[in-house]
Amino acid sequence: MVVEAEVIRQEYLRHDKKFPHVWCPGCGNGIVLGSLLRAIHALELPKDDVVVASGIGCSSRLPTYIDFNTLHTTHGRALTFATGVKLAKPRLKVITVMGDGDATAIGGNHFIHAARRNINITAIIINNNTYGMTGGQYSPTTPYGDKSTTSLYGHVEHAFSIAELAVTAGASFVARGTVYHASHLDRMLEQAIAKRGFSVVEIVSNCHVQHGRRNKLGGAVKMINSFKESAVPIAKAKKMSPEDMQDKFTIGVLCDVDKPISTEEYNRIKQEACKIDDYEETHKRKETKVKRHEE
Amino acid sequence: MVSKDKNRRLLLQGNEAIVHGALAAGCRFYAGYPITPASEISELLSVKLPQVGGTFIQMEDEIASMGAVIGASLAGEKSMTATSGPGFSLIQENLGYACITEVPCVVVNVMRGGPSTGLPTNVSQGDVLMSRWGTHGDHPIIVLAVSSVNDCFSLTVRAFNLSEKYRVPVIILSDEVVAHTRECMTIPDQDKVRVVDRIQPNVPPEWYKPYADNNRGVPDMASFGEGYRHHVTGLIHDERGFPTQQPKEIDRFLHRLHDKITKGFPEIVLSKTIDMEDAEVCVIAYGSVSRSAMMAVKKAREHGIKAGLVQMITLFPFPRKVIDAALRQCKAAIIPELNMGQMSREINRVNQSGTAIIKMNRIDGQLITPDEILKKILSVS
Repeated sequence: MVVEAEVIRQEYLRHDKKFPHVWCPGCGNGIVLGSLLRAIHALELPKDDVVVASGIGCSSRLPTYIDFNTLHTTHGRALTFATGVKLAKPRLKVITVMGDGDATAIGGNHFIHAARRNINITAIIINNNTYGMTGGQYSPTTPYGDKSTTSLYGHVEHAFSIAELAVTAGASFVARGTVYHASHLDRMLEQAIAKRGFSVVEIVSNCHVQHGRRNKLGGAVKMINSFKESAVPIAKAKKMSPEDMQDKFTIGVLCDVDKPISTEEYNRIKQEACKIDDYEETHKRKETKVKRHEE
Repeated sequence: MVSKDKNRRLLLQGNEAIVHGALAAGCRFYAGYPITPASEISELLSVKLPQVGGTFIQMEDEIASMGAVIGASLAGEKSMTATSGPGFSLIQENLGYACITEVPCVVVNVMRGGPSTGLPTNVSQGDVLMSRWGTHGDHPIIVLAVSSVNDCFSLTVRAFNLSEKYRVPVIILSDEVVAHTRECMTIPDQDKVRVVDRIQPNVPPEWYKPYADNNRGVPDMASFGEGYRHHVTGLIHDERGFPTQQPKEIDRFLHRLHDKITKGFPEIVLSKTIDMEDAEVCVIAYGSVSRSAMMAVKKAREHGIKAGLVQMITLFPFPRKVIDAALRQCKAAIIPELNMGQMSREINRVNQSGTAIIKMNRIDGQLITPDEILKKILSVS
């Protein structure tokens, strides 16, 4: 394990990049980064063929540190750029890394449409229930009643459930993991990246500096440990009553279906369209019209 | 298919000619969102792109269209989107991203009446200054204005070429009249179309610096997936593409971004003059209005008035040289526009010779007629 960690560190981190990273000590983003690299390593994907795109926020700094084709885009728009990359060069493996605000507030529309479109892209969403980088404002996943810098009286709105949203929007593969269950997360990411179709992994993470501190959830260790209690495997959750599931969430694969991928469907259209030469036909008619006019 | 089309003489509307121009220039990716009066561009490209191995996609909004266009260009395809006022507002966010990351792409804005939903089916030139300053921050950009179906073809090719050469987004400003007017045009043989492609790095990948300066001020551009793994970010970055906050690096980067366009002025700044040799009164116009102006100048000459026309083709970077020369030569300059005087302000800004700048504006959704301009010419001469 130690040897493998060293191999991954040497192979995939950008050593010419100005480390240290921007994340606070104890942030879950580093665990996600490690997990993502282990998944890519396990799948033996050539580095030249991997594109990692992100939006804006703490989580979205992740691609900067890793040695792939990396794309740090505008807030909420990672999936739109990823769609362009994937359509222009379908052979590339395209992965996006976003935060909860990034993917489901400002980028919410792109998120549901990417899922509906079922393009072969993997969306990793690190959910820490807040906008950490801008100082801890409430996000679409901030729990009801929680305090944030924009809800000091307690939050009056209800939270999105990101993974369930992705299922409803039509993603081919949806899973949820946490930064506590790191080896489980490795497997989830591996499956998602290997999946043909739009795959989503929601990763429940901690922002002890912003969300945790304001809601007295403890430091990094306490918050990460709390996921051990609050995360319930899907099979186990099915046997539990709604009361028992109060303040808990499921982890595991929520959805894994096979359906036509729009990139591949479009390739078929390209092949058929190439055969059609309606052009000459359509314009011959117009040409004769013009000639008549000139006469 | 494009390669088979030899010297075809066709009756086309402006929007269709833009599609032919884009395909001839090598455009192989288009993302768009339905909007009047630009939809024909999407419709036609959705048929034509797959025929030439390209890709068309209709995105969920214009923000997404622009994102996809940039993504595809980073992956190596020449890419374009087309929209009108409200959509043009939405693309501004990622347009700035294309400026700072120097991703070649072409944006067509078929102008309609504004503000807001405004007059979707009427002509306007209300987005002139927005096309220059729409996205936030100091940024370089090229804006070309089309006035005829022929222009729509040739300037679209030109837009792609400039975009690829200077690694800058190029905006084609069309308007509802040009977009829907049908005119005859000959589509040149593909061999006769001059196509410029971005310069790709020829150094080994480990030597590649994606934003390194060179004598052109335009870094070589590697596509994703070709072995040149690099980082692209909308943050101000150093020559390796990584974010920087070093004042020296920031300064050098932003200056190079602007200087590369300045260096290319002779090639980028285009204009056309008619009867300007001995002109005493000039009309300075662009887009569909320049067609009315052309007729007005012709009629004025018939009245014995020494009138001339300066047709601005490149609106930005501002064609200072040709405008300055015209203003020095003439006692009065008439600026007909379908807005409240956006370009006449710009022209006034460079007016050092005390020439009378006469605004002429129409914002009722109708085109300025030759007679209106002629009347103005007669009144000042």
